[in-house]
Amino acid sequence: MSSLAVRKAAPAAGTTPGTAQGPPLRRRIALVPTLTLLLGALYCLLPVAWVVIAATKSGSELFSTFTFLPGSGFADNLSDLNAYREGIYWQWMGNSALYAGLGAVLSTAVSAISGYALAIYRFKGREAVFSVLMAGVLMPPVILAIPQYLLLAKADLADTYWSVLLPLVLSPYGVYLSRIYAAAAVPADVVEAGRMDGASEWRIFVRIALPMMVPGLVTVFLFQFVAVWNNFLLPYIMLSDDEKFPITLGLFTLLEQGANTPALYTLVITGALLAVLPLIALFLVIQRFWSLDLLSGAVKS
Amino acid sequence: MPNITKHRRFVATAVAVTLGATTLAACGGSDDDGEAQAGPAKLTYWTWTPGMDKVVDLWNKGPGKEQQITVTVKKQASGDTLVTKILTAHKAGKGPDLVQAEYQALPTLVSNDAVADIAKESGDAKGKFADGVWQQTTLGSDAVYAIPQDIGPMMFYYREDLFKKYGLTVPKTWDEFAETARKLKKEEPEVDLTTFSANDSGLFAGLAQQAGAKWWTTEGQKWKVGIDDAATRKVADFWGGLVKEGAIDNQPMYTPSWNKALNTGKQIAWVSAVWAPGTLTTAAPDTQGKWKMAPLPQWSDSENVTGSWGGSSTAVTTDSKHKGAAAKFAAWLNTDPRALTALAKEGGIYPAATTAQTSDAFVQPPAFFSNQSDFYTAAAEIAKTTAPSAWGPNVNVAYTIFKDAFGAAAKDKSDFGAALKTMHDDTVADMKKQGFEVSE
Repeated sequence: MSSLAVRKAAPAAGTTPGTAQGPPLRRRIALVPTLTLLLGALYCLLPVAWVVIAATKSGSELFSTFTFLPGSGFADNLSDLNAYREGIYWQWMGNSALYAGLGAVLSTAVSAISGYALAIYRFKGREAVFSVLMAGVLMPPVILAIPQYLLLAKADLADTYWSVLLPLVLSPYGVYLSRIYAAAAVPADVVEAGRMDGASEWRIFVRIALPMMVPGLVTVFLFQFVAVWNNFLLPYIMLSDDEKFPITLGLFTLLEQGANTPALYTLVITGALLAVLPLIALFLVIQRFWSLDLLSGAVKS
Repeated sequence: MPNITKHRRFVATAVAVTLGATTLAACGGSDDDGEAQAGPAKLTYWTWTPGMDKVVDLWNKGPGKEQQITVTVKKQASGDTLVTKILTAHKAGKGPDLVQAEYQALPTLVSNDAVADIAKESGDAKGKFADGVWQQTTLGSDAVYAIPQDIGPMMFYYREDLFKKYGLTVPKTWDEFAETARKLKKEEPEVDLTTFSANDSGLFAGLAQQAGAKWWTTEGQKWKVGIDDAATRKVADFWGGLVKEGAIDNQPMYTPSWNKALNTGKQIAWVSAVWAPGTLTTAAPDTQGKWKMAPLPQWSDSENVTGSWGGSSTAVTTDSKHKGAAAKFAAWLNTDPRALTALAKEGGIYPAATTAQTSDAFVQPPAFFSNQSDFYTAAAEIAKTTAPSAWGPNVNVAYTIFKDAFGAAAKDKSDFGAALKTMHDDTVADMKKQGFEVSE
């Protein structure tokens, strides 16, 4: 269209660098949005920088030297953390990896199959099921922790690995996302074509629909993984044996040691820094799956 | 952690309602299968004391082995959240056999029938503790709900070098304390004597206790709440006045800037308890050997009394199937000399048992107070003057309200009296909501 004329008329807006007509004559930097984004990035990264720098400080430097001045105690902090109660920190890390990894895989599997079913099949009560799920999305998981504890205690599962894993398997948000994604990414024609060719419903789901749903499922997996990794209240209520604690609970016990014992700040800060590394690594590795767009594997209409 | 706090309150209420909130008369724990069987038994113990597993090892290899009573430590995080966790576990009937409980949490646990009466099994433990300490575990009845473990008698800590530098003397009364604060402010506007902090309610509770406040008492079948009584009001007005005129700081404790203020001599005194050396070690590492401890200032020259801030006990739960064995262990842990020495060494606790306070473990002063060789002798003397305390069934709720109301009042330098009234009214309202009978 008359993009040039428009741009001349309102140069300050400058927020549409490219149009369907081809690349603009000169790329201009959108000042306001860029600044906003930079501010946002600063806001998010400043606490991270604090943790990184604080982790390098020894106990005596922590509160006495300038906040963003690196200290000299990183190696000591690491070895102290490693030595604390015979390395129970690594046990907590392992537990977190188990809860988050296995929990997210299970929950993604359940979300995929239920989301697909809700999107593709028409059956009685489908909307009712979906409405209940929507209500579940709105319900903060914190509210459910106590009832879930009482239920699992009845089944004699409290204070076991299962007590943390089982409640995570059904994620209303994951099912919701999978249904939306399946509805958008898996055309009814494809499913119909599969049926015509005599494939079983299971085969259609596993061989045809599932690959189409991968980008959505990656999102579900990541959301679940991060949610479980950061989860506090559910394991707090469920677990009493600190060898089964995830990292969040473990660090909490380092802080709350009773009034007569100082909190182990340097250990907690170093521990917190190490605990975010797996999340960062996971994001970097999995990011490329997001670049798969909706077109991969679908029919052209 | 505001979410958890809110949630915890919800849970505590829910639990109380479900169980049918009991009045004090109905407090007696079930002691049906109490005595009889000691061992063999396998017990679990929820505690936050660091190094407790090593102390328990002494039991498992010694007296526990003879009696076939094995104890397993499950380390927990301390605080109000643990009380909620215990109550939730109790509701499912899955509580551990033994729990560590702060004194002010005992009435909450007792009124929810979570801890058992071990009067029969506790034997001659009573004689090992000061009356004021023991009374906290009986709640003024014939029952015994826990064995005292550690106590936190309150004391006055000050920078000896800076007091000398600024020409200050150690205040003996609260009037002198106020004068000292004003004098310092006048000469060194940048330096504060101390701060009023609302983020640990135990401090204010201890100060009120010293002044003679009795926040919760019983009258027949009913609770009587005295948070807004004359003694507490005196304490609130005193600190509120100092904050308002700017004689002391109003920033909360336990923050990085508080640590910095202590470490750099911007704050030169701290009203605290016997465990302060541990806190100062991390908060103000550069000031080692420069502090001294003195008795808390008094409200009048003739008095010699202190409050307590912190301290905990070992209780046996009603869920335990081996109450006799559990009580035996609790008594051993808190009265046996070997156990107490190990507790002091591994856990850094200040023992409630009076003989242990002057035992070999407490000959040397804490490393941070190497300049005050009589630290623990003085501490034992101060501990004897601890005023009795009076805890109720919803201390945690009152504490949360305190933090909100007094935190805001300290920040705005507004009327502490109004904050105290809020604390009183909301605490009473919460008790009524939970189904307790409260006399006006």
